[in-house]
Amino acid sequence: MPAMHVRLGAFSAALLLAAALSTAASAQKQYDTGASDTEIKIGNIMPYSGPASAYGVIGKTEEAYFRKINAEGGVNGRRINYVSYDDAYSPPKTVEQARKLVESDEVLIVFNSLGTPPNSAIQRYLNQKKVPQLFVATGATKWNDPQNFPWTMGWQPNYQSETIIYAKYILKNKPDARIGVLYQNDDYGKDYLKGFKDGLGAKAASLIVIEDSYEVSEPTIDSHIVKLKASGADVFMNITTPKFAAQAIKKNAELGWKPLHFLNNVSGSIGSVIKPAGFENAQEIISSQYFKDPTDAQWKNDTAMIAWNQFLDKYYPEANRADASVMYAYIVAQGLVHVLKACGDDLTRENVMKQAASLKDYVPAGLLPGIKVNTSATDFAPLSQLQLIRFKGETWERFGEILSADVGG
Amino acid sequence: MSAAEEVVAEGHQAVAAVPKRGMTLGTGTSLVVLAALLIMPIFVKNFIIFQMTMLLIYGLAVLALNILTGGSGQFSLGQSAFYAVGAYTTAVLMEHFNVNYALTLPIAGVVCFAFGFLFGQPALRLSGVYLALATFALATAMPQLLKLNFLEHWTGGVQGLVVTKPDAPFGLPMSQDMWLYYFTLVVVIAIYIFAVNLLRSRSGRAFMAIRDNEIAASAMGVDVALYKTLAFGVSAAITGIAGSLGAIAVQFVAPDSYTITLAISLFLGMVVGGVGWLPGSIVGAAFIIFVPNIAEGISKGLSGAVFGVLLFLVIYLVPHGARQVAILGQKLAGKLRKN
Repeated sequence: MPAMHVRLGAFSAALLLAAALSTAASAQKQYDTGASDTEIKIGNIMPYSGPASAYGVIGKTEEAYFRKINAEGGVNGRRINYVSYDDAYSPPKTVEQARKLVESDEVLIVFNSLGTPPNSAIQRYLNQKKVPQLFVATGATKWNDPQNFPWTMGWQPNYQSETIIYAKYILKNKPDARIGVLYQNDDYGKDYLKGFKDGLGAKAASLIVIEDSYEVSEPTIDSHIVKLKASGADVFMNITTPKFAAQAIKKNAELGWKPLHFLNNVSGSIGSVIKPAGFENAQEIISSQYFKDPTDAQWKNDTAMIAWNQFLDKYYPEANRADASVMYAYIVAQGLVHVLKACGDDLTRENVMKQAASLKDYVPAGLLPGIKVNTSATDFAPLSQLQLIRFKGETWERFGEILSADVGG
Repeated sequence: MSAAEEVVAEGHQAVAAVPKRGMTLGTGTSLVVLAALLIMPIFVKNFIIFQMTMLLIYGLAVLALNILTGGSGQFSLGQSAFYAVGAYTTAVLMEHFNVNYALTLPIAGVVCFAFGFLFGQPALRLSGVYLALATFALATAMPQLLKLNFLEHWTGGVQGLVVTKPDAPFGLPMSQDMWLYYFTLVVVIAIYIFAVNLLRSRSGRAFMAIRDNEIAASAMGVDVALYKTLAFGVSAAITGIAGSLGAIAVQFVAPDSYTITLAISLFLGMVVGGVGWLPGSIVGAAFIIFVPNIAEGISKGLSGAVFGVLLFLVIYLVPHGARQVAILGQKLAGKLRKN
């Protein structure tokens, strides 16, 4: 059967050739599920509905940014396929959506999923599956734990390190302070409070004269402010979300209470907090920031701000530019594109984590001058620097050095 | 009759009397459904198996509400609280006391039965919409209670607790998801059979007598107070077991998982499945799990509105839910047979 032999011979030769080619190719290009020559599949989970739906704008901005990247030729020639699902901020739903992303959509990584309880719910699953849970959108301290969770990485400065910075400032500049703390009774508020007490150290018990909490469902926090004033505190640590922060600033002015006022950076937006509360009421408030507030007039002609505005004009014109989340998403999306670029043709999950863990002085557009992104194999907290700011006139004035306080999980 | 009393009376009539035969499926249909549920996991991905497990779990929780509302005519918007207590009981026992997951189920059931029975005591004085409001308060309070400082050591406070997923025992060659699915299936079938028999028993007849006319029931010698609280207890116990299974399947408990939204979803599931029709519970559970996903697929920004429209369509077209569809199907089949 000569014909058969010839065919067999040709077939095995072809097979050999194919094998040789594929090994040659795989020496350069390596892919895990979710990546190919033409596409990188990125998963995301956002609360588009439910109690935290205001943050859904982060997912929308990221989607717009990846559209921009794709229009400009993608990442190393591959287009980003961004799959974003709604979990309504409910942890069981987050688990369902994460499993859908990993097992049904087969994404390369889960990127910037939002909220502490939702991310806690999927952390163990993603680590077991060895799927990167990259740049999570929460300020909780526990994401920086490469030893136990090598597939999870945070992004923004964590809440605890922020209040540690305020505590250090108080110890240095007002050692005899009588501090009143107001915090939101949830994971965010309690994390901030813990950092503040840790920062004050042994003096926490004697310096803090009153600790008061409110529920996010309360319509107004006026009565809490009255209580704080009555305690005779002369320093006010204000751990509140934007709506309540504006109420607090206004009520302070109405009562004529003029403590040294620290405001957490969650509520640092001029457009959504300071302006509604009244500029005259917000003078001398101290806060901290790591990215440029789009509603702050001092950045009007800044190159990063111009680029941001151009991006929004073209890809997300209906965005509310006073919303800090839009800027936040713009920065973190740049971070992801930077990491994917650094991966080159080795788009394995392991390499994504490796590249994400080797960012050196990376500066995405939109950060405050001097703030840089740094990670290492033992430091999974990309942003850990903050700049103290003080409200003067109609804008935030930066003062002091860039401060950093890394807290491990 | 005062206006308030009228409302209450109307509230009672809202639960249409369902004859007890009409509460279940025929034997043939039951066997077909059972066979489908048994074979299905062999052919699908782990993710689908997980979704099916959640379907069974929510189905169980809807079933519990169905016993309470469809059986004894009492409303509850507080099922999420019982679900949370069950879930936390399991999570705390598994993670802090290393109790086997299977053993935590009966414990959660007993704890929730006690909780439901005790809650049923004051709730006795209320009926109709007032009872719904009282249970609503329970559901709203629960997430905050779980965050309390002195419980934080056990509950993990706002951070919640991570639960370890059990492996298949005896070295059975199946994935964790598949094992958990079959485990859940066995529990659900056992409880379903229990529920069917309960409603056919003396107690079940007492529940239904109370539902149809409380005064008449009392005149017939039914201990209204006892049976009303008993219905609450049984419903809470089953919901608690569903919560335990939910905690094991999701591998995480946190106060945010058990908000009022969950209670309303379960209520919704019951109405869509057909009040008082036990097999409808699974259909209702499918509605609350899959329809939000469909709505999201249609429009991300308006997923809530799309869900609302779909729900409206269901209520408008088939006000008695899946039960109505089933009856229609049965009639159609009967006609075809005659021809």
